[in-house]
Amino acid sequence: MSGMEQKNKPLLEVRDLAVAYGKVEALQGANLTLRQGELVTVIGPNGAGKTTLLSALMGLLPARGEVTLDGQPLSADVDVEARVGRGMILVPEKRELFAEMSVEDNLRLGAFSRRAEGRAARDDTLAEVYDLFPRLKERRGQEAGTLSGGERQMLAMGRALMAKPRVLMLDEPSLGLAPLIIREIFRIVAELKKTGVSILLVEQNARAALKVADYGYVLETGHVALEGPSADLAADERVAATYLGGKKG
Amino acid sequence: MDLQILLLLGQDGLTNGAIYALLALALVLVFAVTRVIFIPQGEFVAYGALTLAALQAGKVPATIWLAVALGAVVFVIDAAIALRARAWRRLPGLAALTLGVPLAVAALIHGLDAATLALPLQILLALAVVAPLGPLIYRLAFQPLASAPVLVLLIVSVATHMTLMGLGLVFFGAEGFRTPAFSDGSLELGPATLQYQSLWIVGVSLVLIVALYLFFGRTLTGKALRATAMNRTGARLMGISTTLAGKLSFFVAALMGAFSGVLVSPVTTLYYDSGFLIGLKGFVGAIIGGLISYPVAALGAVLVGLLESFSSFYASSFKEVIVFTLIIPVLLWRSLTTRHVEEEE
Repeated sequence: MSGMEQKNKPLLEVRDLAVAYGKVEALQGANLTLRQGELVTVIGPNGAGKTTLLSALMGLLPARGEVTLDGQPLSADVDVEARVGRGMILVPEKRELFAEMSVEDNLRLGAFSRRAEGRAARDDTLAEVYDLFPRLKERRGQEAGTLSGGERQMLAMGRALMAKPRVLMLDEPSLGLAPLIIREIFRIVAELKKTGVSILLVEQNARAALKVADYGYVLETGHVALEGPSADLAADERVAATYLGGKKG
Repeated sequence: MDLQILLLLGQDGLTNGAIYALLALALVLVFAVTRVIFIPQGEFVAYGALTLAALQAGKVPATIWLAVALGAVVFVIDAAIALRARAWRRLPGLAALTLGVPLAVAALIHGLDAATLALPLQILLALAVVAPLGPLIYRLAFQPLASAPVLVLLIVSVATHMTLMGLGLVFFGAEGFRTPAFSDGSLELGPATLQYQSLWIVGVSLVLIVALYLFFGRTLTGKALRATAMNRTGARLMGISTTLAGKLSFFVAALMGAFSGVLVSPVTTLYYDSGFLIGLKGFVGAIIGGLISYPVAALGAVLVGLLESFSSFYASSFKEVIVFTLIIPVLLWRSLTTRHVEEEE
């Protein structure tokens, strides 16, 4: 942790968050803190409740427990759109792009929550996103549905950035991508962190995630099994054995 | 058949086709955004025409009281929800939209002598009465069921149609009305005689279609509506409210329906229940477009208009049968060529 005061301010706090699908408890009493400008990762195996956690934070799923943003509680009646308005943006695992629209239209819609700011401000952000993802600029007129897997992930991330998020939640950004593209995606995640946005990164690719993150949580069968600074987690024997493929990590 | 009859039928077909095209586009829009098959579309046609006729007769159209009443109900419900969430800041905007707009239009109608106004102003006033009914009806009948299956939405849609048609009888009585043409007379063009009103209908329809095209293609709001139609979850995650998109699509549909009514009322006498059949013909066009494609739906609607016009000449008593039979080969062809996709919840 750097000594910067702003960096230590908790931005998103999650207390005893629980989600049930019928009788199945997908998430049981999860606690998590994301501080200003921090990159926090949640790692864990398939079905541990990682996507459920993000969906609940976003208001897509009904959940019990307490979530606060800037100290303000996000109660159940704060719906998805209102959470987006407060600066919470989720890049879902399925990307959820607008397939029959151009890359540029997808990006412009990313700034829908900022429509009151005027076009000039949104155009500036578009230019920044194009700087970060030159590939998207090349393909700006192409339909999103025709992009490759890596490009789709870039578009989903670019679209999220158009909203100028305060909390950026990334759900398995490396899922289904080739190793070379994964490296590129994580390089961009690291770069995003430098811009000051607070990031909650959910990943199965624990090695890459812990490398870029400040702090990590290990989620197992719906509860937080382990947490700590990511360097400590990466050095932890159990984590290394289970998630990093043995001693090599 | 000589050339003159051919031209006459063609003109008739295109004129009606233009109206059906407007309705077909509205149906596609509503279905794409909300998954509601918008049966009450025809009622907006009748309401638009009959409201205009009432204004021209110097009467206060009862539709305005429907708007005021629905607005008040929506205000009470949404204000209660806002208060429970302690969202005081939502109240002024809510009051302005649900109470302010209908009351302002009502005050205008009372304050102005609508019968003496110029026709364009009377039309604007009629649209201002009828179009707000769209989002109000969405709020009351469809928003609480936003995630219900298509069949449930269809049942509610039929119920809404019945209710509005019944209210139409109460509001306007059983007699039919016709409004004066936008401009009288006709244009001689070689062997063809073009009625000015037909030109108005086709011209205004084209302008509206272009306006819609620009709205969907160029504006952020229009793109947001298309985005909701394409990917509801994706749109919500960008802060595009499904509810707002639903209200907006119903507003556009009500506006187009009412405008269609205003356009056709100088060429056909409209009754409180005339809208249903007109709306159904737009629906045939929308089905030809698979309830997805705007251009195919519009072209399909024009085809319906032409088919109707020519079959009224050759087999006048089977006119409606022929038009609605068109749906069978279309559905057959659609079911053979499109992959069946399970409805996503």
